[in-house]
Amino acid sequence: MQDMKAVSAENLVKTYDNGRVRALDGLSLDVDEGTVLGVLGPNGAGKTTTVRVLTTLLKPDSGSAKVAGIDVLKDPDEVRKIIGLSGQYAAVDETLTGWDNLIMFGRLYHLSNKQAQQRATELLEQFSLTERAKSPIRTYSGGMRRRLDLAASLVVKPKVLFLDEPTTGLDPRGRQDMWGVIDELVKGGVTLLLTTQYLEEADQLADEIAVIDHGKVIARGTSDSLKKQVGGERLEIIVENQHLSAAREIVAKVSSSALAVDEGMRRVSAPVTTGSKALIEAAKLLDDQGIHPLDIGLKRPSLDDVFLSLTGHVAEEEKIEDESGNKRKGKRGKRSE
Amino acid sequence: MSLATREKESGVNGVSKLANSISDSVVITKRQIMQLTRVPEVLIFSTIQPVMFVLLFRYVFGGSIDTGQPGGYVQLLMPGIFVQTVAFTLAGTAVGLAADMQKGLIDRFRSLPIARSAVVFGRTLGDAALNIVVLLVMGIAGFIVGWRPSSGVVKVSLGFIFLFVFGYAMSWIGVLIGLSVREERVAQNLTFIAVFPLTFLSNAFAPTTGMPKVLQYFAEWNPVSTMVAGCRELFGLKNQFGATAGSFPSEHPLAMSIIYMILIMLIFIPLSIKKYNNTSK
Repeated sequence: MQDMKAVSAENLVKTYDNGRVRALDGLSLDVDEGTVLGVLGPNGAGKTTTVRVLTTLLKPDSGSAKVAGIDVLKDPDEVRKIIGLSGQYAAVDETLTGWDNLIMFGRLYHLSNKQAQQRATELLEQFSLTERAKSPIRTYSGGMRRRLDLAASLVVKPKVLFLDEPTTGLDPRGRQDMWGVIDELVKGGVTLLLTTQYLEEADQLADEIAVIDHGKVIARGTSDSLKKQVGGERLEIIVENQHLSAAREIVAKVSSSALAVDEGMRRVSAPVTTGSKALIEAAKLLDDQGIHPLDIGLKRPSLDDVFLSLTGHVAEEEKIEDESGNKRKGKRGKRSE
Repeated sequence: MSLATREKESGVNGVSKLANSISDSVVITKRQIMQLTRVPEVLIFSTIQPVMFVLLFRYVFGGSIDTGQPGGYVQLLMPGIFVQTVAFTLAGTAVGLAADMQKGLIDRFRSLPIARSAVVFGRTLGDAALNIVVLLVMGIAGFIVGWRPSSGVVKVSLGFIFLFVFGYAMSWIGVLIGLSVREERVAQNLTFIAVFPLTFLSNAFAPTTGMPKVLQYFAEWNPVSTMVAGCRELFGLKNQFGATAGSFPSEHPLAMSIIYMILIMLIFIPLSIKKYNNTSK
């Protein structure tokens, strides 16, 4: 009992179409009490299927899962009492108001009328929705709708909260708001399993990250340890187009590892072990050839890099935002080995 | 306060479990009634359509069909339209559940610690409640255009109860369809295609004696026909729109209708609840 995991799943398998599609292919993961696990993976990796199994919505073909020590398959009713679910596929009634919805869910958790009203008032306040409490949800913005959805999963304080892609489809502002709200919850000590296809979302919110692909966990660890797996620092040089091949030779001299060239970004990069020494050396070599780089520096790998090196394919193709807020394409750089 | 500890404190036993599942269903029904007040169009269109049918049939066909009975076509027509309308409860239920399914609301409900039957029971009760309003409005519309049931208050009330229960039974077929197709549009088209012919291949609007032989047999055994014939009896009319062969459904439409209703519920209630439990997007 003492060492109980908040969530543990072992060897989950779920197939569709007579086994042709393996949504879950022996997936195992666990979450310690009071921590946040970010389940990171591209569309179709099995994130939602995992959440659906853990929240009793879907029976796996094989494997076992426990939430707070309760067997999800044998005792789903008990599990439902201690979990909260919100996200992509769990919804609220859009024709009703935010207030009506929270009262309805409160009543379904068998709160008294008075308790339900009290809780609805608290939650609306907590999620800054008090002003719109009496408007139908279909008039809410995307961000407000997600916040109300999240509030609905917290009507009775859950032991474990599952958030399935909580910010997918939100604009940057809505995403920031949602992160703030989730951060508050985490500070309050909730155990959280969060799925996301946004690398920086996992980086920002999760204590640990499980990277999944094709229905399996392919890497697990803190954001820092995952970054270390990819290698430490990278030397990155951006030059004018005509100097690209020269820069490439220089980087090859400084680094003994595989280097990457992104022609679109006019960037050459490679892992280095000698830190600033490599940087100075590269700068000197560039200077010797009279090349003035547009940018040169040491970069710690992003989760983007982690994903690419773990799976060999890019995490997503759509535009994402990096920490500095600059628009850029999802990592699509050509790798040269 | 967690739910588990609260339930421990209150000591959950069989009785309070049943009480909980009833209260869960009531919450779901209330949600649906609340929807009707928030989106009044639903209620308006659910009543306008049958009233429109009353007016169209009464004044378009009524003049050209000679029934040979006192009071004319409208007396035979009204039971037909009543039955057609409650038969379409199937569509309402299917579309409503498919929409909830599509939006993910069913998933949310299924992740809650509520009775496994609460959502579908609540839904059918909500649709039944809507039927009370619809039947009332249609009754008034019928009265205005000359419908005069002659059997007295008790039998007329019995007729309405009969219609109400038939609508409720049909609603359970809708549950299974709605949970199976999962998409609002598909549910809409599918139920229309299924129910519309069912209501017309019957004695509801015209004598079945004019139909090809095969269709006559179908119409004779069609639950819509037995319901219509049963209601005509209860409203004080001799049912002459299709009492063709002296078969059991033609001779005993009330008994046959009751058998149909019981059969439908016996089959579709367990199937629907099972479907709800195993459903997943």
